[in-house]
Amino acid sequence: MSSAMRIVNGKVYDPINKIDGETRDICIEDGRIVESIPDDASRIDAQGMVIMPGAVDIHCHIAGQKVNSGRKLMPEDHKRDPHPGTPYTRSGSGGILPSTFATGYRYATLGYTTAMEAAIPPLSSRHALEELDDTPVIDKGFYVLLGNNIFLQKLLKEGRHEEFRQAVAWWMNAAKAYTPKLVNPGGDEPWKGKRNTNVSDIDEKSNGISPRQIIEAFINAVTAMGFPTPPHIHCNNLGHSGNYLTTLETMRTAGDQRAHIAHIQFNSYGGEIGKNPSSKAAEIVEYINQHPNITCDVGQVMFGKAAIMTADAPLAYVLRGISKNKWVNADTECESGCGIVPFTYQEHVYTHTMQWAIGLELFLLSEDPWRVILSTDHPNGGSFMNYPKLVRLLMDKSFRREEIARVNQKAIAKTALNDLEREYTLNEIAIITRAGPARALGLRNKGHLGPGADADITIYDEMENKEMMFNAPRYVIKSGVPIISNHEFKNDHSGRLLHIAPEYDQKIEETIKPFFEDYYSIEFDNYPVNDSYLHDHEVISTGPLSS
Amino acid sequence: MSLTLSLHTLPDVPIEADVICTDKLNNVNEAALSALTIFHGKEQVMLGDFFKVQGKYDGEIRIEGDLSRIKHLGAGMSGGRIIISGNVGAHLGAGMSGGEIIVEGNAGDWIASEMIGGRVIVKGNAGHMVGGAYRGSPVGMQGGEIIIHGNARNETGNAMRHGLIVVGGNSEDFTGVSMLAGTIIVLGEMGIRSGAGMKRAPSFPCIRQKCFRHSPMLAPIILLMCESISHILKSTDYKLMMHS
Repeated sequence: MSSAMRIVNGKVYDPINKIDGETRDICIEDGRIVESIPDDASRIDAQGMVIMPGAVDIHCHIAGQKVNSGRKLMPEDHKRDPHPGTPYTRSGSGGILPSTFATGYRYATLGYTTAMEAAIPPLSSRHALEELDDTPVIDKGFYVLLGNNIFLQKLLKEGRHEEFRQAVAWWMNAAKAYTPKLVNPGGDEPWKGKRNTNVSDIDEKSNGISPRQIIEAFINAVTAMGFPTPPHIHCNNLGHSGNYLTTLETMRTAGDQRAHIAHIQFNSYGGEIGKNPSSKAAEIVEYINQHPNITCDVGQVMFGKAAIMTADAPLAYVLRGISKNKWVNADTECESGCGIVPFTYQEHVYTHTMQWAIGLELFLLSEDPWRVILSTDHPNGGSFMNYPKLVRLLMDKSFRREEIARVNQKAIAKTALNDLEREYTLNEIAIITRAGPARALGLRNKGHLGPGADADITIYDEMENKEMMFNAPRYVIKSGVPIISNHEFKNDHSGRLLHIAPEYDQKIEETIKPFFEDYYSIEFDNYPVNDSYLHDHEVISTGPLSS
Repeated sequence: MSLTLSLHTLPDVPIEADVICTDKLNNVNEAALSALTIFHGKEQVMLGDFFKVQGKYDGEIRIEGDLSRIKHLGAGMSGGRIIISGNVGAHLGAGMSGGEIIVEGNAGDWIASEMIGGRVIVKGNAGHMVGGAYRGSPVGMQGGEIIIHGNARNETGNAMRHGLIVVGGNSEDFTGVSMLAGTIIVLGEMGIRSGAGMKRAPSFPCIRQKCFRHSPMLAPIILLMCESISHILKSTDYKLMMHS
């Protein structure tokens, strides 16, 4: 098969290259986008269609031990939703937590070609890498959980900041990860060790260190080492009423350095702890609008089935009391915690409606779509399969009205949602699903269609109903390979692992090793993931100059 | 003439026969019936490869032969009647919401699992998980009636939410385990841990939730207590297997 291809007559939305709906030719050669190719190359006629870069999911949970535990916890969910194979693709099971194969193919059927798994403890990275390798079509990477790492906290308490930086770099290499993820930093250890306690304030010290010190140290270290994306932070007090103050403090801690706040909707609640939340979306968005160093993804809640899946073990413990359903809790040695609770968001419930409305408010009040990125924190706010519906909610005011009429009116009355008239344009959708996340992640070859970019392209039929439009792209091209054409799978593709390999001083291993021998269940030498687990992969460059 | 299916070739491995369901066979002629696809293990085959098809569906399907390797017969049906002359395999009438299935022989595991309505009568013995919840499901049987003339095995009525299960003979361990509501009557002996994890929600006061363990002498008294039994006795040819 010739690897050159020309897409003609389509309306191109490519915000990074400032192309907003112009009709242009896109040329592909050897898996990349190029300026021009010979005229006799194969063509796709995209008359009446919209061409966008392949979408990038900046925050989802699609691999690792917690996802697998969730799969095992919910067999009834798989039974309802088999995922049949095709002559080109493998079968799997669907539901809120699809099997690896189904995950890759289902992302592709929505036009997504990159997804980042958001929380893997280093101990589970080997497992995650193997699962990601089995997730077809999409390029993927993962963030590694370091915010509750006892050894790193010990270095910070002793003020050994240079060694801390080296250790973070070592851990990124050991896990083959993309960036550090901080989940309720400083909160898991007290919960594990002191009978269901948690830190309730960013300055509250537990074991001699406060969340603010941890967050600050990570932001400083990651900035100094020039990682492509800042640490992704799941703030303290997530899910609790009144937590917007913690979120604001977390963002202030970053100063003018870059920080990414994950699923910020879950962190934008006013009110008193233990009582019903109110919306503080306006306050949060105002801060983000004024501070270009902050990026966030929304973590929109969508009504229906979901699965709470978090390294924030104390939060999962609270939620299991609400759902009164089966749940899983796990302790990951010296590194993290974990909780999984199957959950259903219901329209008539005040809190669920409030969460849904806050997410939409965040989108609609944001002045810079580049920094407020679309996500549902799959599967925490709902499956990624809800993205087309979410896009329609943002683009279609009258549809939004209809949906608002169906939910808890007491909650809606306390939000500004009814007054928000904004409708996203196709260009802005291309920003919040493609260009924005690619830029926030520092992926220079993703999220745009300029020469040199990866040939990850989605072609949609232009339709009035945006949910239908984004639900069924006519063509999906991954690395120049037409995976879906005319709505049918025509090829399979393995996708690449995206990771970083920052340099570090080998001497740091001598500092880390004794700690392993004293406290870990596995030998130090067996802990780092070796290169044989990297199949098709790409190292994203780091260093002070790359930022 | 009602539709008759006779098994002419014994399958090597179980067959998934959820196409043999009253809801799916209206206005289907013999040739089209024979051409319906079923799974024999992982192979897709035609119904005619294993069954001889005679007649047309008129509200009743008669199935003959040793069907112990035929699974999912009548699964999801909402009306009509299936009469099975021999033994039958697992998942018979799973998730059914109406109609009636009568088995003259023995039935396999998971019969009428997660059933919503209708009636299943087994004149022989039944396997494990009669009317049970599939693994992971919060509720099992949500309505309808299951009557076993013989014995049933483990976890009869697992996570049952509503409806009636009568076992004429004995049931084994974990009868009514995790049961939420509904009625299970066992006229013989029950195994260990009957009703383990059972809940009775006070918000459902009108639903009777009982697991009876009693001697055969008490059976008539129980029958008097349970009014729905009398209409089952009237409407079916159910004969109580009394232990004398």
